[in-house]
This record gives sequence, structure tokens and C-alpha cells, in this order.
Amino acid sequence: MAFCVEMTQTICILLTDRFKASEVDGLRLLTHFVFYNLLCCALSILFSKMYFLPQSEDTQQQIIRETFHLVSKRDENVCNFLEGGLLIGGSDNKLIYRHYATLYFVFCVDSSESELGILDLIQVFVETLDKCFENVCELDLIFHVDKVHNILAEMVMGGMVLETNMNEIVTQIDAQNKLEKSETFIFQSPRQDR
Amino acid sequence: MALKMVKGSIDRMFDKNLQDLVRGIRNHKEDEAKYISQCIDEIKQELKQDNIAVKANAVCKLTYLQMLGYDISWAAFNIIEVMSASKFTFKRIGYLAASQCFHEGTDVIMLTTNQIRKDLSSPNQYDTGVALTGLSCFVTPDLARDLANDIMTLMSHTKPYIRKKAVLIMYKVFLKYPESLRPAFPRLKEKLEDPDPGVQSAAVNVICELARRNPKNYLSLAPLFFKLMTSSTNNWVLIKIIKLFGALTPLEPRLGKKLIEPLTNLIHSHSQHRDLTGICASVSVLISLSSGMPNHSASIQLCVQKLRILIEDSDQNLKYLGLLAMSKILKTHPKSVQSHKDLILQCLDDKDESIRLRALDLLYGMVSKKNLMEIVKKLMIHVDKAEGTTYRDELLTKIIDICSQSNYQYITNFEWYISILVELTRLEGTRHGHLIAAQMLDVAIRVKAIRRFAVSQMAMLLDNAHLIASNAQRNGICEVLYAAAWICGEFSEHLEEANQTLEAMLRPKVTTLPGHIQAVYVQNMVKLYASILQQKEQAGEKEAAQEITQLMIERLPQFVQSADLEVQERASCILQLIKYIQKLQIKEVPVAEEVIALFAGELNPVAPKAQKKVPVPEGLDLDAWINEPPSDSESEDEKPKTIFHEEEQRHSRHRQPEIDEEELARRREARKQEQANNPFYIKSSPSPQKRYQDTPGVEHIPVVQIDLSVPLKVPGMPMSDQYVKLEEERRHKQKLEKDKKKKKQKKEKRGKHHRHNSLHTESEEDIAPAHHVDIITEEMPENALPSDEDDKDPNDPYKALDIDLDKPLADSEKLPVQRHRNVETLKSPDSEVPLVEKKSKKPKKKEKKHKDKERDKGKKKEKEKKVVEEEEEEKKVILQDLHYFSSCCYLLLSLVCCLGTVQTAESIPITSFLNLTYDIQGNLQNDSQVTVSVIFENKSTSFLKSMELNVLDSLNTKMLRPEGSSVHDGIPVPFQLPPGISNEAQFVFTLQSIVMAQKLKGTLSFIVKNDEGSTHEKLDFKLHFSCASYLITTPCYSDAFAKLLESGDLHMSSIKVDGISISFQHLLAKICFHHHFSVVERVDSCASMYSRSIQGHHVCLLVKKGENSVSIDGKCNDSTLLSNLLDEMKETLSKC
Repeated sequence: MAFCVEMTQTICILLTDRFKASEVDGLRLLTHFVFYNLLCCALSILFSKMYFLPQSEDTQQQIIRETFHLVSKRDENVCNFLEGGLLIGGSDNKLIYRHYATLYFVFCVDSSESELGILDLIQVFVETLDKCFENVCELDLIFHVDKVHNILAEMVMGGMVLETNMNEIVTQIDAQNKLEKSETFIFQSPRQDR
Repeated sequence: MALKMVKGSIDRMFDKNLQDLVRGIRNHKEDEAKYISQCIDEIKQELKQDNIAVKANAVCKLTYLQMLGYDISWAAFNIIEVMSASKFTFKRIGYLAASQCFHEGTDVIMLTTNQIRKDLSSPNQYDTGVALTGLSCFVTPDLARDLANDIMTLMSHTKPYIRKKAVLIMYKVFLKYPESLRPAFPRLKEKLEDPDPGVQSAAVNVICELARRNPKNYLSLAPLFFKLMTSSTNNWVLIKIIKLFGALTPLEPRLGKKLIEPLTNLIHSHSQHRDLTGICASVSVLISLSSGMPNHSASIQLCVQKLRILIEDSDQNLKYLGLLAMSKILKTHPKSVQSHKDLILQCLDDKDESIRLRALDLLYGMVSKKNLMEIVKKLMIHVDKAEGTTYRDELLTKIIDICSQSNYQYITNFEWYISILVELTRLEGTRHGHLIAAQMLDVAIRVKAIRRFAVSQMAMLLDNAHLIASNAQRNGICEVLYAAAWICGEFSEHLEEANQTLEAMLRPKVTTLPGHIQAVYVQNMVKLYASILQQKEQAGEKEAAQEITQLMIERLPQFVQSADLEVQERASCILQLIKYIQKLQIKEVPVAEEVIALFAGELNPVAPKAQKKVPVPEGLDLDAWINEPPSDSESEDEKPKTIFHEEEQRHSRHRQPEIDEEELARRREARKQEQANNPFYIKSSPSPQKRYQDTPGVEHIPVVQIDLSVPLKVPGMPMSDQYVKLEEERRHKQKLEKDKKKKKQKKEKRGKHHRHNSLHTESEEDIAPAHHVDIITEEMPENALPSDEDDKDPNDPYKALDIDLDKPLADSEKLPVQRHRNVETLKSPDSEVPLVEKKSKKPKKKEKKHKDKERDKGKKKEKEKKVVEEEEEEKKVILQDLHYFSSCCYLLLSLVCCLGTVQTAESIPITSFLNLTYDIQGNLQNDSQVTVSVIFENKSTSFLKSMELNVLDSLNTKMLRPEGSSVHDGIPVPFQLPPGISNEAQFVFTLQSIVMAQKLKGTLSFIVKNDEGSTHEKLDFKLHFSCASYLITTPCYSDAFAKLLESGDLHMSSIKVDGISISFQHLLAKICFHHHFSVVERVDSCASMYSRSIQGHHVCLLVKKGENSVSIDGKCNDSTLLSNLLDEMKETLSKC
């Protein structure tokens, strides 16, 4: 594993979509979501690459670690915005997160996005996950990272918000799943995993 | 083969899938790294297999591993293989992996261009969608250039799902390939009014993002956005638009006036129902309101009121946003925010760090001369309490920011400020030592009156250096010693206990400090030494002078041994100097004067940008050679002399090997003289406003009580609190005095200014500074050029997008086209449009006429005139649009069909107009297929449905029909057309030979439905497949081109066209554009061009331009194809 913390902690951070490439690129929305659970013993850190450094796997890990550190030590009744400073590419960017049971969903946005709008977007994302996985739980997300990615890809594209209407997102996801199913007569082995 | 397949699928049963991998990693907590490396080995094996399903599975697992932080760039090629799989399932896996691990440095990325292009034009919308999503993550300048045109075509795709993605990705394309912005902009603008809300919001998103960086180019869109704002119900779009207006209003004041009303309404409506996004919208309204309108106090008042409600809310999020918005208002209307100081100070005590930080930000704008001390005192308490270093550092920088803003405008007592800075040095583990140091230096240099006090404080700091620099290497705070040492050295004349300070600087502990600080120590020791020496000599204490020299000689060697080069060099230099002084002292020669002369002269602060702002005098060309560059044979050392020839002669004749102090001093004097006369030297110019006389000031320095009992504090350090008290007393006194005066005045003036006086509390001006200070402004050269340019980052990627979008497109501004072309090249779109317009307008005129019959005949004529005028106007607009289109390389409008008036049973004239425009593209993957995209545009007021397109096949060219249908069946068009709507459908044709141009007859049957009922209509048309539509623009290198020509198996033919007046450049562009060629090489008025047909024929052209004619020599594998192509070309050219 890339890094080790106490084994009583699970940190799985899923950073999706592009990271704000600070001055290099005009990416706007870094969506990471951070799941965090004290009970499970596995450590999985999942996330997609940040855009700006060619060999950035280590940097990514570091950012996730620090993001997690920042977010996890926040109290329950404080605001959902965090200014991470240099860590996330300057003062124009901030972290917006939401905490659901054992999961943290963290988005990193710049000043052109409306803060409450992003909170809404996180809500839409979670509801969409819930619909697509039928009562989503943490294990769903851990085992089906690719699906989570595909759902997110329908909402956010290249760092910009693509769609905020949940029904539209679910329709497209269902259509794609159907298409996938029609193709998989030989490929898929029949087992179901959780 | 079959066996292999079976074997492959059996193997697969035992392969791990992603879920197995995740489970495995969770089960191998102890030896995870080992387990994963084992998995990677397996994956490598799987990637070697031929079966695409196995590969896709492997890539899927790799994607997961990449998320765990493992480098998977080695599998880039396999990822491309999976991307190019035909099944959507695999394709999606491939694109996901690519979006994770591809970046601009990935070299295989250039292999993907054609694959992506193929996917973009795939009939399956999800293939296209997944390609767009993937591309948005790894688009490079090359990909952007090559695919811009394809993406632009997708912006008018039939499916809104594709349209919105294509619109959104255009932003990425613009960033990587700014040239595409102008050609693509008209269409992007069009999408603002797309019927689908998703597409519309994507377009708003992109334009807002563009406008945020360069708002002035988008001012012309303001009316359109205004319309959208008042009509849109989508909160997302609304917020975006309001943010955009926020950027636009400062540029166009009239806009602000127009916006006030709708925005105020928005605020009122949203504060009634408190849904999140509603409040969100209103907050951004507030922000844009405040930044937009400089002089609208009522709305600002409303904003601040609403914000206060937000800040007082128990919801922390709203509190945060309220503070955030407040800080925006602060920039433009500091006064209105200042009245809420109580609230903001309260927020400083909030338990949430984010909110505290926001409140801190606001404090910056709230300080005045009156409350600065109070606010800073409060902040100092926070500094003591703060837990995390980040927050403490933030506090520290804020304190310094607040105090130093606008040239120390609010500081009335600099002694207080210095003591605050000294107190801040007690902070442990701060990163901002250098900030404090810079402030100390700045204040000491620029405020002359404070120097004595500053020096005494710095001496104390140096004395207590061991407390500050306890852990020198890691501790950022030791930077302040740098400032302390320099100030003590430079202004040593103010030092009372110079001996003691010198000793403090010579302590062995100093050698543990970082190198650059030691270097400053060494240098300033000598300054100190010089001033002590002078003192002692003047007092006649020769022994004491010798003692101090001896001390230096004893202690300096510790620095000579330093590992730091700078320290070593300075120390050994100075050691030798002092040894020499010692010799002179022994001979009883007075040396102090000479030594002190080493450091004579005053240092003036120079503004950081001063050097850049020196204006270039008239007639001076800095880029021109003064002398021609010397040839290589000339010796090196002559070069500088030739450049600065004149000056060199004047003031440095030749270097003496040894320069004694006297000579040095003399020269310094001479140089000062010279500088005074030299117009280019930055001279000290006293600040115009703040020139106080510093006569009485210094005597008034309050006596500092040293509180030694306070633990944890550097002993001997004054406390800033005392200053606060002193300052209050002082102000009180001042106030009393003033009151007395005012009373007198009152009596004199008999209450004339009653209102004014009764209001007086303590206005800014009432507080006089504690002592008169001369704040020397930073020097700037005379007549410096005011320029903001240096604030801009030259590497800003958005700078490239600062493009004027209102200028009409030039012909040269085209997106690189790969395969599109106007099929009916005979008619240019421009010539065709008026025709359509005329026809379509006629019936309207008829209607008008009909109505007009009942009316006054005189009016009728007028009206008709108007109609004609309007028509012409419209024509112009359409022409302009078409001009855009044609230059955008979006080729359409080749075939226009009009349905005339049709008599129905009731004999009511119904006019229905249907425009068909088409575009033929060669299919790269299939050498015997072309795709024809047809845009159907319903110009009537009726609903068109059940459209069926049928083409009469020729032997050579056939329409691809679904299996089982006969040649006479039409293909149904997959949509219906409501009035005024256009949509696009694609039809695939197969062909055998491509050497001849062809025309196919076709029929479109459809049902027209309106209020009266429905009728069945038919429309005949012709499709023209020119030879050029089978060509694919393919770049070719000149050496490959030469080889091709030499090979000799090409047929040759040539044409000549006379009467050509357009420029050669333009001509080549036309050939590239209409006939899908690319220029290989161009020499003067001669160019070689190349293209390739979908069946692999090479076509080479040599184009020569004479005075009024053009000759084209062509070579091609097939002579028929060549002659047909040349004929087509002749026709195109003869029209120019």
C-alpha cells in the first residue's frame, strides 16, 4: 500500500475527475470523495489522477492523505467549506465536503462555482449512487469503483458540471448498463460480488 | 483458431476480476505490496493475450491499482488497444483508464487521434459520449487541433446528450488550441438558445468560464444573457449568469442600472422560500450587485442587511457564505461593511476555523487609525490561543497585512508597531519569519524617526538570540535575526551599548545559524566595529579601541571556518582588513575615519518594480546594436568595453590592484556626484504628501518600562499593550486639547456648525501620529510608466483566450478540416441563400397583401417596403452567419428544396418549406463507404412527421439499408420535426468505384400535420457525390512526397485556368478546403499539394500561379480519377 496508518482505520479516498491544475490548466472542479470508516480494516485509496504533474501518483497520494487529514478532524457542526491553501492549488480553490455516515464526499472547486450549488451536487451524486446501487453502502463503492466513476462521468466532465438532474443521469446510466448487458453474453462470469 | 478461442475463455474463468482484486488486497493487509506486485505480474500476462475481453479485464484492474498510487503508464499501449475495441463495455474501460493515466507527456497519445475521431462519429451515442468524456481529461494541443472540427460538428448532433458533452468539451479545446475559439464561437453562441436545458446550461457554463477570464470580449452577449436571466428557471444557469454579470458590470456601467431591478426582485423572492440553491443564488446576486454598482447605496444597503441576516444565522454554511460575500462588498464599499465590525469580531471567536479565516479576511478592510491598535491587540490574544500552526501563521500574516496596508496608512505609533513585531518573534514554529524580518527592515529604513528605537529593540533581540534561534536550522523565526543584525549594523550610530551588541554577534552560537544570516552578521559586525572605533578614537581611548580590534581578530576565525562560502569569503576578507587596521593602530595612526568611510552613504528604499518602470528615452532603441557584434576572433574582454564604451572611459579608468580607504571615499563622493547628474539613476525624492518635519518628535518617545517578571517573554522586551495604554492616554489628552479649542471656536462661531460638532466623536483626522514620522515612499524613477502589465502572469493559459470575438472571421481563420467539404461546390453558399430567402418570403408577402386589401392602399405600399427592408436585413444577417459557417468549415447548404404552394381540398393555400442540407464524409475505416449527414430544417408552421428518405441506387453507389429491405424501401428518418426545428440524420452509402463523380436521385416523403389535418407530401432531390468527397485530407512530408513522385507509377494530367484574380494564399486555401488537399510545400507562387482517397489513391498536385492564370499539374494512380478531380477543380477555380 502506498502508505500506512493505524490498521483500525479505513481510508478510502476516491478522487475523481481532474484536479485543479493550479496555474497550468483551467480545470475547475476536482471531485474527490473521501470515505472513511473506523471499523473496517482494509485500506483502499482510490482516486483518479490529477492532471498537472506527469508522475503524480505520489503527489496524488499526498493530497489525498492531507485532504483526509483536514476533513476528518473537523467537528460535526461546522460549515462544509474548507480552505486548503497551497495543498489544493491556491486561495481561489476550496474544499467542499459532505459527511454521510462513514463516508466523506469532498469536492474541490474554484471561485466560479457556487458553494451551495456544489453541496447540492454532492447530494444529487449520493442520491444517484443510492438509486444505481439500490441502498448504496460503502462496500458497493469499494468494490465497484468503475461504476462509481461512470456515474460521476455523467455528472461532471473534464472538471465542469455537466448534468444536475438526477433523473436524466439515472436514465443515461440505465441505458448504458442495458447496452453493456446486451454485449456481455460471453464475457461476464455469473458471480455477483459485494 | 476456434480451439484458441475456447482455450481463452476457459482461461478467463480463472482470471481475477476487479472484485477479486479488491477482495484480495483487503485480505492481504500484512503483505499488500507483495500481493499487488504478484497481481501486476498476472495482469502483464493477461495483457499479452489476444482476447480483448481478457485485456479489458486487466486494464480495469490496472485502473484500480493506479488509484492506489501505482504507476501504470507502462500499459498505455494496451489501454489504447482496449479503447479501440468495438464493444461499448470494453471501450468504456479503455477510456476510463486513459482518462486516469494519460497526460500531455504520454507519447502514445498521438496514436489515439483517429480512434477518437472514429468514436466521435460512431452511430452509437454512448460510444461518442464515452469518447468525449475521456477526451475531456487528456486533451492535448495536438488532439485539440485535429479534433476541433469533429467536435464542432457534434455540437449540432441530433441527441442532446451528445450536444451537451460536445459543448462542454469545447472549453477544453479552446484552452489547448486558442485559435479554435473564433471559428467556433458563433455556434457556441447559438447553443445558448438550444431547446434542451442541459445543452443550454452547458453553453452558459462554457461562456461564463471564458468570460470570467476576459470579460471585455463578451460584453456584446449581455443582452442575450439578460434575456436568459429573466426567463431561466434553472438555478444553476441563473447563478452562472449572475456571476458572469458580476464580471461584466464593472466594464459597462449602464448594465448595472438595468440589472438592479431584476436582481432586487430575485433577492426578495429567494429570501421568502429558504431553499438552499435559492439562497445560494441570492448570495451571488448580492455579490455581483456589490461589485457592479459603484454608487447605488440603496441596493448596497439591502445587500449588507441580507448578509447580516446570513451571518447571524445558526447555520454555519450560511454564516461562511455571508462573510465571503461581505468580503466582496468590502472591496468596493468599505464604509458600509465597517458598521458591522461587532459582528465580524464576534466571528473571530467562532469555533470553526473556516469562519475565523473569513472573518480575518474582512478585518483587513475594517481597520482605521482609531481601531487598529484595538484590533491588533485582539488578534494578538488569538495568536496566543491558536492551536494549529496554519491558523497561527494566517493570523500572523494578517496582522502584518493589516498594519502595513497602503503604506502604513493606519499606523499612528511606529514604536507600537515595532514592539508588535518583536512580540511576534516569540511565535514558535512559524513559517513567516522572513515576513516579520522584511517588515522590520522596511519600517527601520523608511521611518527615520523610529530608527533609534528600532535599533535598541534589535540589539535586544540580538542579545536574546539564543531564545529565538534555539533550533536554528528548522526554525523559520530566526530570519528576524537577519533583520536585527542588519538594522543594528546599518544604523549603529543610534546604538547605545554597541560593545555589548558586537559581543552578542560574535558569540560562538551564531555559527549554528543558517548561512545567509551569518553572512549578514559578519558584514554588520564590521559596521558596528567601525562605529565603535570612531567613538573610542574621538574619546581618545586608544586602548579600548585596540581591545575591540583584538576581540574581532580573536572571534572572526570561527566564521572563516564556516562551511558556507559567502560567510567564509566575507569573514576572511574582513579579518585581513582588521589585521591591517591593527597594524596601523599599533603605529598609532588614526584609522577610524577611513574605516567608517567604508560604509558611508545612505541607503534609500527603491520600489521593487522601479527598474522595470524606467521609461526608455526617446530615440533609444534598446534592441539595436550599438556596435556591430564583434567577430569571433576578437578577444573576450573587449566585448563589454565596446558596449559601454563612453561610460567606461568616464569613470573607471583602470583598476588599481589595491585601493585604500581614502581613494574609496573619494570615489564614492565622485560617484554620488555623477549619479546626481545622471538622469537615469534613481534619486531619492521625498514623498509629496507625507513630509513631516522631524524636529520635536524624537524627544517624545515614551519611556519604556521593562517588565522582567513576565515569564516566557523575552526579558527586556517592551510590551505592545503598554503602548496601547499610552496611546489611549495620549489620544485622550489630544482630544481634551482639541475639545478646548473647539469650545473656543464654538463660542466664536456661535454654533454655526452645530451639527458637525455634535457629531464629532473621533474622526480619522483627529488622531495625530504619536511622533512625526517621515514615511519615505519607495523610490520610483521620474516619469515612470504606469503599467499594470507586470501584475499579469505571462504563463497564464487564459491569456491566449483573450480574443476579440466580435470581429468578423477572416478567411484564414479556419479550423483544420479533415474530411468535410461542400459537395455542390458549383454554388457557393452565399449565392444560394438569397434564393432560398426570396422563395420563403414570397408567401408571407402574399398573406400581407391579402390582409392589406381591406386597409388603406397607401399604407400598404409603405408596409411592403418595410417588409422588403426587413427581408433584406434578414438576408444580411443570414449571409453573415453563412459567412461564419463557411469560414468555420462547416459545410452545408448544398441542396435546397422548396415545396411550392400546394392546393388542398379546402383550397386554402398551405406553404411548407423544408430545407435539406447535406455533407458527404469519406469513411476512414471502410474504403467503400461514405456517410452523408443531412440536416432537415422545417421552415413551415406545420408539424412534419413520418419522414422517409429513399435514393434510387445506381450500379456503383447504393444506400445501405437494413437487412431484409428491398432497394425500393426508403429509410425512415428517426425523428419528427416540429415547426422551425432542424435536426440531423446520417445515411451510409456503399460504393464500388470512386473514380467518377455521381449524382443520385432521391425522394423524401413525409406527412404534414397542422390544425386542418394531415397531408402526404413528397420532395425530390439530387445528391451529388463529387470525386473530391472521396478524398481525405492527409498530411504528407516533403521527402515522402518526393519519393512518391519518383516512383513513376502515377498518371499525369494538367489543366490551366485563366482569369484568376485572388491571391495565391487564398487559392491554396480554396483547394484545401473544397477539395480536401493539404499543402506539402510552398515556394513563392508555386506549391505542391497532396491528398489520398478513401481507397488509397495518392493524388499529388503542383500548383503554379502566373499573373492571371493558374496551372495545375496532377499525378495520381488512376487517370480517370485525376481527370475528374481536375475538372472539378477547374470549375471551382473558374468561379473565383
